[in-house]
Amino acid sequence: MKALLRVARLIAAKDLRIERRSRVAITQIVGFAVLVLFLFAFAFDPTRGVLARATPGLFWIAVLLSLLLVVGRNFAAETADGALDGLRMAGLEPGGIFLGKFIALLVELLALVVVLLAGVVVFYDTEIPAAGAVLLVTSAFLACTGLAAAGTVYGALSAGVRVRETLLPLLLLPVVAPVLIGATRAFEAALGTPSDDRRAVASVAEGWPWVALLGVFAVMFVAGGLLSFGTLLED
Amino acid sequence: MSTSEASGTGTRGSRILGALVLIGGAVLLVVVGFVLPADEVQRDAARLLPLHVATAWLAYVAFFGTAIASIFYLIPRTRSLAWDRIAGASAEIGVLFLSLLIAVGMIWGNLTWGVFWRWDPRLTTTALLLLLFIGYLALRNVDGASERRARRSAILGVISFLFVPIVHKSVEWWGSLHQAPSVAKLDGDIELDDSMLFSLFLSLVVFSLLYVWLMLHRVRLARLEAMHDARGLDSAIAARTAEAVR
Repeated sequence: MKALLRVARLIAAKDLRIERRSRVAITQIVGFAVLVLFLFAFAFDPTRGVLARATPGLFWIAVLLSLLLVVGRNFAAETADGALDGLRMAGLEPGGIFLGKFIALLVELLALVVVLLAGVVVFYDTEIPAAGAVLLVTSAFLACTGLAAAGTVYGALSAGVRVRETLLPLLLLPVVAPVLIGATRAFEAALGTPSDDRRAVASVAEGWPWVALLGVFAVMFVAGGLLSFGTLLED
Repeated sequence: MSTSEASGTGTRGSRILGALVLIGGAVLLVVVGFVLPADEVQRDAARLLPLHVATAWLAYVAFFGTAIASIFYLIPRTRSLAWDRIAGASAEIGVLFLSLLIAVGMIWGNLTWGVFWRWDPRLTTTALLLLLFIGYLALRNVDGASERRARRSAILGVISFLFVPIVHKSVEWWGSLHQAPSVAKLDGDIELDDSMLFSLFLSLVVFSLLYVWLMLHRVRLARLEAMHDARGLDSAIAARTAEAVR
């Protein structure tokens, strides 16, 4: 167990160091995510209230689209020059490799979510009510956990395949649909988004069952990743 | 190798099975088309119901088959590319019939509800399931070592199947907040009289036999493909060796 966590820490530190030094995440992925926010604003006229009503869903769509890029990068480094085989031959435990890549992905996603939250506050004029703050943070964290775990498993599944760019979205997006649904609903409750034309505002309490869904998803995928990574990395 | 393999994927058993499926299918069409009384509300659209249910049954059985075969592949003691071929064949059949299911369902929906698509939880889950397994087939089609592909496919097959309940649950909750329950519940407003029960039962039997028949041929074909690849490689090696010796 201790060895597992040590491997995880090493791998996560390695991945994050690569990201910090290459600056691709900062300059390109964050830029892409903010660009998506702008595109949504063009598509849904901000002056007619459509954008405000759709903000939670659009926020998580932006996260999902960025997730594809982050996962692609996360595994591009491993498939180049057979780095993954090197990791395996170094005698590292596959579970530890999974945890490490998962943690690095989680950290990157959380940073992205913070930037995007700032983005919707600034550009979409979204107010975060104090009553919903706890729900907002909890659901965002659990959603990112689930997305990072699923992203790590599917990143490994499609790693080193020539058609990876098209295969990854096809495999990953249907599976993370529950996260999109749960996180959107939880955000609607936390932000008090009017849920329909009747201007009925979702209450904060309505958001918590969705948090449970996000939690179940995250636990299932973390467990699945720990169990399957050994088999996945065998080649 | 036996002669049956040289002459294709059919054997005496599979031919008898195929004949049974043909006869059963013909009887089924007659029953559904002429014996079944037209429904009061849905009129002739109700005739699609037995076929619809049986198609769904076949698709779910096929995906279950993929999951089971994938598990057998992942267990080291039973690991064999035969399980991989079974999993792939079953998934192909599942995707085919799930596409048919959705197509027939949309036709039925347009006749009964007046729209092709409703964001009904069952429909939405089914569509997501189809996309999941189209992705599975896409992963199977990538090139590379067959062992590696088989291993990845097996893991994906198991995960995809395990996620059906959670996808369904989330879509159900999502739907419950969004819309009133569907006006026409599939099982609500149709009287299940004797002729309907009989045709349902008959179509389940025919479709199950059809699944077995398709599986037999698809798995045999996959084995022939694998043998062909191996033989091609062997003869190429032999040719090169012969060159070298000369």
